[in-house]
Amino acid sequence: MTIGDNLTPMNSSGAYLGSGDLPERKPPVLSRGAVAWVRENLFSSIPNTIMTLLGFWILWEITPPVLNFLIFDAVWEGSGRDACLESVRNAPVGACWAFVKVRLGYFFYGQYPIDERWRVDTVWLMGTLGVVWLLWPRVPYKNWGSLYFFLIFPIVAFFLLVGTPTFNLQKVPTNLWGGVLVTLVLSTVGIVFSLPLGVLLALGRRSKLPLVRLFSVIFIEFVRGVPLITVLFMANVMLPLFLPDGWRPDSLIRVLVGIALFAAAYMAEIVRGGLQAIGRGQYEGAQSLGLGYWQMMVLIILPQALKIVIPNIVNTFIGLFKDTTLVSIVGIFDFLKTIEASFVDPRWATPVTRATGYAFAAIFYFIFCWGMSQYSQWMERKLATGHKR
Amino acid sequence: MTTEADRGAPRVSPLYDPKVRGIAYQVVLALVIVFVVYEAATNAIENLRAAKIASGFGFWTVEAGFDINQKLIPFSSTGGSTYGDAFLVGLLNTLIVAAFGIVLATILGFVIGIARLSKNWIIAKLSMVYVEVIRNTPLLLQLLFWYNAVLKPLPDPRNSVSLFGAIFLNNRGVVMPTPIAGPNFDWTWIATLVAIVVWIVLSYVARKQQAATGKRFPANLIGFALFIFLPLIAFWAAGGPLTFEYPKQSRFNLTGGMQIYPEFVALLLGLTIYTAAFIAENVRAGILAVSKGQSEAAHALGLSNGQTLRLIVVPQAMRVIIPPLTSQYLNLTKNSSLAVAIGYPDLVQVFTGTVLNQTGQAVEVIAITMLVYLTISLTTSFFMNIYNSRMALVER
Repeated sequence: MTIGDNLTPMNSSGAYLGSGDLPERKPPVLSRGAVAWVRENLFSSIPNTIMTLLGFWILWEITPPVLNFLIFDAVWEGSGRDACLESVRNAPVGACWAFVKVRLGYFFYGQYPIDERWRVDTVWLMGTLGVVWLLWPRVPYKNWGSLYFFLIFPIVAFFLLVGTPTFNLQKVPTNLWGGVLVTLVLSTVGIVFSLPLGVLLALGRRSKLPLVRLFSVIFIEFVRGVPLITVLFMANVMLPLFLPDGWRPDSLIRVLVGIALFAAAYMAEIVRGGLQAIGRGQYEGAQSLGLGYWQMMVLIILPQALKIVIPNIVNTFIGLFKDTTLVSIVGIFDFLKTIEASFVDPRWATPVTRATGYAFAAIFYFIFCWGMSQYSQWMERKLATGHKR
Repeated sequence: MTTEADRGAPRVSPLYDPKVRGIAYQVVLALVIVFVVYEAATNAIENLRAAKIASGFGFWTVEAGFDINQKLIPFSSTGGSTYGDAFLVGLLNTLIVAAFGIVLATILGFVIGIARLSKNWIIAKLSMVYVEVIRNTPLLLQLLFWYNAVLKPLPDPRNSVSLFGAIFLNNRGVVMPTPIAGPNFDWTWIATLVAIVVWIVLSYVARKQQAATGKRFPANLIGFALFIFLPLIAFWAAGGPLTFEYPKQSRFNLTGGMQIYPEFVALLLGLTIYTAAFIAENVRAGILAVSKGQSEAAHALGLSNGQTLRLIVVPQAMRVIIPPLTSQYLNLTKNSSLAVAIGYPDLVQVFTGTVLNQTGQAVEVIAITMLVYLTISLTTSFFMNIYNSRMALVER
C-alpha cells in the first residue's frame, strides 16, 4: 500500500488531502552509535564493502611486518653485527637499533671532536630556545625574541661552532661537521636567508623599474627552471672558478649559497602570490597617508601578504629541509650521508643494517617535516581573523 | 581653465623625485651586475688558464672513453662514440624515465586523490597516511631505499625470482620477454592510427551536432571501442604476427629477453610514488574546489550521477587541477636528476658527472645541462600559459 492510496481529491483545483491514518512504519535503523557508524562508513553498499575489505587486506599486509620490523623483532642492545644476525640469534631479526645506538653520536655530530661537542649542544639549546620563543604565541617579548634569534643567536652560534681563539675555543673545520648538525645548519641558514631574499625578489618582480623587474624575472625563472642538483654542482664547481685566486670559500658555505639562492626563487613566487592577493585599496590607502614605498611595504602590504601565504612558506621550508639531503651528492656529510657512510662499517654489516638506517632517517625527517606542517595548519587557524567569507 | 596637472608637477628637489630616484637605482643595479659578471668572467678565464683547462665546445666531438649500460642509441667505449653522443644518451634516458614517471604518477595520483575523498573511512585514512608519509620524507631517501634496500638484496641472476615463468627479477634488474614483430605487424599500427583519426573526427562531428541540434552522440564511447578493437582485428586478420623471445635460465645468467636495469626501476618507482602523493593532493583540492551547488544543480536538471561527474564536476575540477599538475610534471623531470645518487645514467649523471670529470670543462658542461632543463621548463610553462588563458573563466 502506498501513501497515495488514502489521498482523495478534495476540490476542483486538484489538491489532495489525507483521510485516515498512515500505516505504521518500522522504526528507522540505528542512526547513531558505533554500529551505525560502521554501517554508514564501511558497509553502506556492496562496492563500499569490497573497498573496506580491500582496505583491511592492505592494513593486514602492511601493519604487522612494519611493526614487527620496527618494534617486536627489533634488536635494542648489542655491540656488534652478531647481535643482529638471524643465524646467530636463531630468531627473526627486525631493525638493528643497537647499530643506531652505537652510531648515534656520529649521526648527530659527524666527526666533530668529542670533547668539543658541548658547543654543538649549547647551540642546539640556544636554537630551541629561540624557536620556542618565536613560534609559541603565548611567550611574551617577541621583539626581543627576534633580536635574539636573528642577531645574537647566529653570531654566538657561529663562534661556538667554528671556534675562536679569543675565547679559547679550538677551531673546528667544517669538513669535520656532519650529521644532524649539518642538516640543521643548512636548513636554518637556508630558511633565514631565503625569506628576506625571496621578499626582495618578489618586490623586484612587481617593481615599476624595468631593469629591476627584468633582473628579478630572469633570476627567478632561471633558478626555478633547473634542478637543485645542478645549482649545487654550479656552487661547488663553478663558484671557485668565478672568485679571485686567493678566495677559496669553504665547501659548506658554497652549498649554503646554492641552497639559499635556490629557495629564495621559490619563496619569491610565493610572496608574489600573496602580494597579488592584496587589493589596490591597501596600496592607495597607504600612499594617501603619505607613506613612502618601503614604509608602505613593511608596515601595510607585507604583513598582510605574508599572512595569507604562511602555509605555502612553510611548505617551501619543508621542501628546503628535505632538499638539504641533496648536498650529500656533492660530498657534504649531512644526516643522510652519515647514515649511508655507516653502512660500510664491517662491524655492523648485516642484512638489516641498511633498512634500519633508512627507517631511522625516515622517522627523523618525518618528525621534522610533519611537525612543521602541523604547526603551520595550527597557526593558520589561529591567524584566520575573519578573512574567510 | 588651467589646473595643477596642466602646469606640470610642482618642482621638487631631484633627490626626492621618484623618477630620478628610479633611474638612479637602476643605474646602480646595472653597474653592480656588470661589475659582478665582469669580475666573474675575468677570474674564470684566469683560473682556467692557470689550471690549463681548455675552453669552448671542442670536447663535443672528442671520443669518450667510457661505456653506459642503458642506452637508446648506439654508444660504446670503443666504437668511437663522442661526448656529444654521451650527452644524447643521457638526455634520452632522462626523457624516458620522466615520460614513464609522468604517466604512472598521474594514474596513481588520481587514484589516491579520489580515494582520499572516498566515503569509505578506511580507504580515505589509508590514502591520507600514504600522502603524509611520502610527502614528509626526502625523495633521495626514498630512492636510496628502493635501490639499496629493496632491489639490491634480490637474489643473483642464477636464483632469479620468476613471475609466470616469463618475467625474472634479480639484483641486476628485471628481465622480460622481448616482443618480436612478425611480417604483417605494421597493419596493427596502421589500424591504431586509423582508429585515433576516426575518434578525433567523430568527436568533432559530435560536438558540431550537439551545438546545432542539442543531440548528444556517444563519440568517445565508440572512439574508445574502435581504439581497442580495430587494432585487435587487424592483428587477428594478419594472423597474430607477434612472437616473444623468452629469457632462458642458463648456468650463470639469464640469456635473451629484455633487460630493465635496477637503477631505472628504482628511479621510476621512487619518482612515481613521490610525485603521486603530490598529484593526489592537487586532485583532492581540485575536486573540493567544485562547489556542491554545481552537482546539486546538475541533479536538479535531471542528469544522472555519471553524467554529473562527466559533464559538470570533472571539467571544472580539471581547470583547477591542470596548472599544479604541470608543475608536478616539471618537478618530476627535474627530480629525475637525483638519478646521480643511485647511478642511473641520466643527463646529470652522464654529462655533469662523467663528462665533467673527464674533460674538466665545468662552465660549458654545467651551462649546457642547465640550458636543457631550462628549455624543458620554459617550453612547458609557455604552453601552460596558453592553455590557462584558453581555459580561464570568461567573466564579465
